[in-house]
Amino acid sequence: MVSAVLAARVSPARVGAVVGRNVGALRSGPAYWLVLASGFFEPVLYLLSIGVGVGALVGELRLADGRVVEYAVFVAPAMLAVSAMSGALSETTFNFFFKMKYAKTFEAILATPVRPLEVALGELAWAMTRSAVYTGAFLVVMVAMGLTRVGWALAVFPAALLVGLAFGAVGMAVSTLMRGWQDFDLVTTGQFALFLFSGTFSPVGDYPPVLRVVVEATPLFHSVELVRGLAAGLPGWGLLGHAGYLLAMTAAGLWVAARRLERALCR
Amino acid sequence: MSEQPLIRARGLVKRFGDFTAVDGIDLEVAPGEAFGFLGPNGAGKSSTMRMIGCVSMPTSGELRILGMDPARDGARIRGRLGVCPQLDNLDPDLSVRENLTTYARYFGMSRARARARAEELLDFVQLRDRAASRVEPLSGGMKRRLTIARAMVNDPDLVLLDEPTTGLDPQARHLLWERLFRLRQRGTTLVLTTHYMDEAEQLCDRLVVMDGGRIVAEGSPRSLIGTYCTPEVVELRFPDGVDPAGGLEGIGRVDPLPDRVLLYTGDGDAAVAEVHRRGLVPSSVLVRRSSLEDVFLKLTGRTLVD
Repeated sequence: MVSAVLAARVSPARVGAVVGRNVGALRSGPAYWLVLASGFFEPVLYLLSIGVGVGALVGELRLADGRVVEYAVFVAPAMLAVSAMSGALSETTFNFFFKMKYAKTFEAILATPVRPLEVALGELAWAMTRSAVYTGAFLVVMVAMGLTRVGWALAVFPAALLVGLAFGAVGMAVSTLMRGWQDFDLVTTGQFALFLFSGTFSPVGDYPPVLRVVVEATPLFHSVELVRGLAAGLPGWGLLGHAGYLLAMTAAGLWVAARRLERALCR
Repeated sequence: MSEQPLIRARGLVKRFGDFTAVDGIDLEVAPGEAFGFLGPNGAGKSSTMRMIGCVSMPTSGELRILGMDPARDGARIRGRLGVCPQLDNLDPDLSVRENLTTYARYFGMSRARARARAEELLDFVQLRDRAASRVEPLSGGMKRRLTIARAMVNDPDLVLLDEPTTGLDPQARHLLWERLFRLRQRGTTLVLTTHYMDEAEQLCDRLVVMDGGRIVAEGSPRSLIGTYCTPEVVELRFPDGVDPAGGLEGIGRVDPLPDRVLLYTGDGDAAVAEVHRRGLVPSSVLVRRSSLEDVFLKLTGRTLVD
């Protein structure tokens, strides 16, 4: 990955210029800010309705180490991973696709010295920024509600960044494959399925074996496990496996996105 | 200024699958020149421009831009080009001024230099009073001017303009021509495509006519008219049902079009007198100087539509 990046002579200044374009677009008006705010509230509302509301019916859950915790403590890290995912995806799917297909933003950028991989890196950095704002705010809510400790929250933050990075990269790759807006229904459905079945609301250990194998292959599962392990204060070598999965996902997503951008816009 | 051509192409070919967009063209553009590609839609102009702009790689043939190879030094070449694409791709999320400063950053310019350059260019294209506006409410002519300003942001050695005035009203076209003329006077090399004959005559020192991916003629606007056309053209219209073609033989080269007949001749008035002497009664007569449009008709055998 690193050597591939170096071989393509990536210029940090040019990647920064792509990020700078998105910072400039923030001033475009209240619409974007509204979208930003809604992205934060969604997982918070789930945490309150299901984690706390349904949690009152569920009672307590036994964690991997045998500790017994409130249901909200179990659900909260999953919602954090979800907010990292949706923050990164909303930037790299809808916004990315619009800039690529309709606003011709990337076409204009690629007429300058900026290369397709630099566009992809800049967009990814921006998606991560958005994801980081969501996860940062959500962690504050978690600490305030007593769902994790400050120390562990600090350890969770970089893990959540990695989740955003992985989903952002894959989101971009998926966007370059979209034929039109109707294909985004598939993305939304896929995203919702991940949201429901990645060990978010019930332990994957309780799933039927077949479903369990499928779930353990999907990215949000690894994200939830990584975040939950750290938020609960249970670091272990297993977490490195989840982190490795997300890193591989990032590299693959970036590679596909850069190549597809080049194929589409530099024909 | 160096003697080396800014653009040099030999046997340049671009294929998309089975379709050959550019079919082996040779050309050279010297520093300071204003060079035009003239041709109908689908002639291969835009594909050629994209190869010169180093966003599209040639299928075969040799191409050197600013003495460099686009396959190896694409980013370095693009850093010294200014590109004004056929369809405006200004950034709708940014203001007029930010469109310039943001673009400057893609060339690695510092924020301070980007801001200073944006101010100069806002004056140059007369958009200072719209600097804080979004792009969307601007008129077509203003958007085009902003796109040209954006193409100038890196102080390029070579400016590529793909149909710079297509879709603009006459006033906006003339303002744009005047700005481009000033660029030429400063010694900026311009390469443009157009299917407007008057634009090619106004702006280009030298041009090539493209058709079906090939170059079918090359020269200055005047020399092309001299080579491929007569000095004057008579346009005759006849009432419905009258087919005069046979009766016109010998007056000049006759080119019957669906709605009118063109007579290519050295002396238009004498030709009209001869038409009347033969007892033909056209419903309207127009004598005019020949233009590149006539050259185009001669070379490609069809009128230049859309």
